[in-house]
Amino acid sequence: MSAPAVLLRDVRFRYRSGPEILDIPELTIVRGERVFLFGPSGSGKTTLLGLLAGVLAGYTGSVEVLGQDMAKLRGSARDAFRGTHIGYIFQQFNLIPYLTVRENITLPGRLQPARGKQAGDVTAVAQRLGIASLLERGVTELSVGQQQRVAAARALLGGPELLIADEPTSALDFDHRERFLELLFENCALTNSTLLFVSHDRSLAGKFDRQLSLVDFNRAQRQEPAA
Amino acid sequence: MIVLLSLAWKSLRNRLLTTSLTVLSIGLSMALLLGVENVRVGARESFANTISQTDLIVGARGGSLQLLLYSVFRIGQATNNISYESYQHWKNHPAVAWTIPYSLGDSHRGFRVVGTTEDFYQHLRFRRDRRLEFDAGRSPQGVFDVVLGSDVAAALNYKLGDKIVISHGVAAGRGIADNDHADKPFTVSGILKKTATPVDRSLYIQLEGISAVHIDWADGAPPMPGEEVPASKIAKENMKVEQITSFLLRCKTRIATLQLQREINTYKEEAMQAIIPGVTLQELWRTIGYAEDALQVVTIFVILVGLLGMLVSLYTSLNERRREMAILRAIGAGPGKIIALLVLESGLLALAGCVVGVVMIYGLSFAFQPVIEQQFGLYVPVQPPTPAGWLYLGTVLLAGILIGFVPAWKAYRNTLADGLSIRV
Ligand SMILES: Nc1ncnc2c1ncn2[C@@H]1O[C@H](COP(=O)(O)OP(=O)(O)OP(=O)(O)O)[C@@H](O)[C@H]1O
Ligand SMILES: [Mg+2]
Repeated sequence: MSAPAVLLRDVRFRYRSGPEILDIPELTIVRGERVFLFGPSGSGKTTLLGLLAGVLAGYTGSVEVLGQDMAKLRGSARDAFRGTHIGYIFQQFNLIPYLTVRENITLPGRLQPARGKQAGDVTAVAQRLGIASLLERGVTELSVGQQQRVAAARALLGGPELLIADEPTSALDFDHRERFLELLFENCALTNSTLLFVSHDRSLAGKFDRQLSLVDFNRAQRQEPAA
Repeated sequence: MIVLLSLAWKSLRNRLLTTSLTVLSIGLSMALLLGVENVRVGARESFANTISQTDLIVGARGGSLQLLLYSVFRIGQATNNISYESYQHWKNHPAVAWTIPYSLGDSHRGFRVVGTTEDFYQHLRFRRDRRLEFDAGRSPQGVFDVVLGSDVAAALNYKLGDKIVISHGVAAGRGIADNDHADKPFTVSGILKKTATPVDRSLYIQLEGISAVHIDWADGAPPMPGEEVPASKIAKENMKVEQITSFLLRCKTRIATLQLQREINTYKEEAMQAIIPGVTLQELWRTIGYAEDALQVVTIFVILVGLLGMLVSLYTSLNERRREMAILRAIGAGPGKIIALLVLESGLLALAGCVVGVVMIYGLSFAFQPVIEQQFGLYVPVQPPTPAGWLYLGTVLLAGILIGFVPAWKAYRNTLADGLSIRV
């Protein structure tokens, strides 16, 4: 199993009626790598993640994730693939407000049975992330930092091969940010997951195996001066 | 599916206020719809059960509707009477269980006066098996005793022992002085309990009473001065009943009914006809039942408004829920599941609305049944939904589910447009 975690070739993407956002000749991320992705606001980082997660369709070129050509997956198969193999953490507001912490964490496994099968012990993951005591609480009662750890627990449970985090620390203060990152790394190592981490905060970059600047490998943005 | 159902449930619970308001509005319109249906059924039943256990109504030959109208509803008049001998003949027929004779044609201040016998109080049944009961007093014992229907007593404020005068003819409300049987006043001997049938709107005297007030009349004209027979000279034994207007008849067995009807209709001695009340009542209901349809149209609009309210509340909630949808997508819920979630939500709302509606109408009809019966003479049954009621429930549920596709479609479009970028 030596297929890279992410392999992009000649990928071009634009939103329905907008300018070209992405034009990426080549991008490879190998398995187990911890990658730090940065770029100015509006440069297309979230868009790229949407392509990798199989949420955005309508691109040209080829997007392979964990050896799977995303274009070959149709509809629900793509959702199932995402649900099973990818963990995703948003910048903030990661949680379904009307579910408890436990329900939020276990939701991917319940939506995708394949993921559910791999899912380990919720309590163990929660313990490692220091939220074990919060499991039965409603998520709206949590602090932002706690919410982000719940989001991490959800993304990590079931040991997804690829963990995508879109500015997961931007709402956290310095201390929380450091601890959050450590926990993320620790857990990725445990499940041998690949980590693609998007952030504006370059001070974090040093902790990663590799730093990627989107503008360096995205030709689309170069023609357009940043606003 | 189970996951989505629990998600839908929890999401609805999370928006408790809008959810309950929506459920309430659907429930209310559902209750209204079912209520109207119940009233409709009640009206039809009350109507069909204006008289019960009567197998045949017999009168002089003529229109069958006319016979029903004057015998049961006290509307219109008979063109011909039948002879007392003929009545006796059928009364004593071996297939006949009982009869109730009616002699019509007089009135009191707009209310019909009915000459009848003790059989009336014994045998008359309405609403399946209810019988006449007295609020006060008892059936007429003497020729000049009168029993009042409850509406008559209430409208004219009569009590036991009051003396009243009946008038010849049934011209509504007009007491033509010439036509008064003023020389022969009647005494109120009894007042019937309310039956919510036309029985309430008549006065009842003995057949002999009818004969008595007409004893000195000749050819429908009042007696000449000097020829009046004073009431004091009249005794029941001396009164001869020569004719009646119609009579109700109960057969000993149901099977005998048709046979007897044929016999009466072909009776050689006198031109008579017998009708089966149920059949004619149905005919009549069909002609006046159009009011039902009008009611129904109104309630269907009420339901539409209720469902529209649900659509609006689900639709407007979507903007607040774009984030939630993006999260669901990110963790592996496809567009199909997003759609299913919203359709389930509206389905649950509609279901809850239906349940609330049924419970409400049960409670309301239970609570208000006596009042409605008292005030409107309408017996509204407390019963599980009628077939039509079930149809409404099913339709509303289905409509609720279908309507769910509108916000579902919108949510689907949102998720496609938003991708994984979260809009607040
Ligand atoms: N759903 C969408 N529909 C249309 N255009 C979009 C959509 N999402 C993003 N865009 C546009 O695509 C471009 C890239 O957006 P994207 O969210 O990928 O940027 P980003 O690098 O993640 O920015 P940030 O650092 O601010 O999150 C922006 O110009 C944005 O306006
Ligand atoms: Mg972004």
